[in-house]
Amino acid sequence: MIPSLTTLLACQLAGEALGRALRLPVPGPVLGMVLLFGLLLLRGRLRGRAEVPDEFGRTADALLGNLGLLFVPAGVGVVLYLPLLARDWAPLSLAVVAGTLATVAFTGRLAQWLLRP
Amino acid sequence: MTGLAEIWVYLAREPLAALTATLMAWLAAQRLHRLLGRHPLANPVLFAVALLAAGLLWSGVAYRDYFQGAQFVHFLLGPATVALAVPLYRQWQLVRQSALAAAASVVLGGVFAAASGVALAWMLDAAPEVTASLAPRSVTTPVAMGIAEQLGGLPSLTAAVVILSGIVGAALGPAVLDMVGVKDWRARGLAIGTAAHGIGTARALGVNATAGAFSGLAMGLNALATALFLPLLWRLVIG
Repeated sequence: MIPSLTTLLACQLAGEALGRALRLPVPGPVLGMVLLFGLLLLRGRLRGRAEVPDEFGRTADALLGNLGLLFVPAGVGVVLYLPLLARDWAPLSLAVVAGTLATVAFTGRLAQWLLRP
Repeated sequence: MTGLAEIWVYLAREPLAALTATLMAWLAAQRLHRLLGRHPLANPVLFAVALLAAGLLWSGVAYRDYFQGAQFVHFLLGPATVALAVPLYRQWQLVRQSALAAAASVVLGGVFAAASGVALAWMLDAAPEVTASLAPRSVTTPVAMGIAEQLGGLPSLTAAVVILSGIVGAALGPAVLDMVGVKDWRARGLAIGTAAHGIGTARALGVNATAGAFSGLAMGLNALATALFLPLLWRLVIG
């Protein structure tokens, strides 16, 4: 587990450094994801074995299996903005609910149409 | 009773209590989610956030003090985002075949997300800084806050709106996709990841491996595309 976590953190760290050095508007973890993906591709190419290493896959699955939990602390931060949310509740709730659901419908239909066989 | 008050003062100051409360709220939310037959409306993130927010308001503990403990959970969000490369890699054969269609859907979906939020806020005469805060709603929180700042919005309001959009997309998105007849798991994942970032991806990963991989891909791609294009589009349209 520790080697796997170290790999994940190293990719994140490299992503943070790269993003800052090149002044990219993308957060470090997203760049880290791209880096890790590149490493996995490279490893598959070099070793001719496509599978993610067992141990590493298990650690990634354990983290991602509880991905929802990791959003909870930031989500509780909504309590800080209750007055602001209450003041502009009409445009905010309409944009959040109707805007998000319209986006789901639009993107889903578009993707299904573009992906048709 | 002074003993009890002293214990309370100690607990409110130490990170241990907030961390334990966060994990307990998550376990309770997951149990409720299972009890309700894993229905998407019974979103565990929503339950856990509501439970903890109510607890903070009731006990009068400040969010900053709560976060002292909860930050240990929050920190794992970074490595977990990096780990999204794993499901993506496992589905790479499938993703590669549909890369262009997937990318086009995500970029256009991201533009639609920003435009729909701004248009709806405009219709209701929202203040300009509120409208600007709503534009980057569909992308993952750190990116959204940076963009909101560039557009003249309020980053903190954006953070709240991003989380709420993610919960709405994860809880109601699957029903909407059923309603408009989107059955392809790849398309379902792309739609949820574009509109509801990581919170939607958390849900998609639990339902279907293909949807999860495409959702993670959409989340990353939308963050990239929105960060690059939204400030430019904004200047072109708003002036």
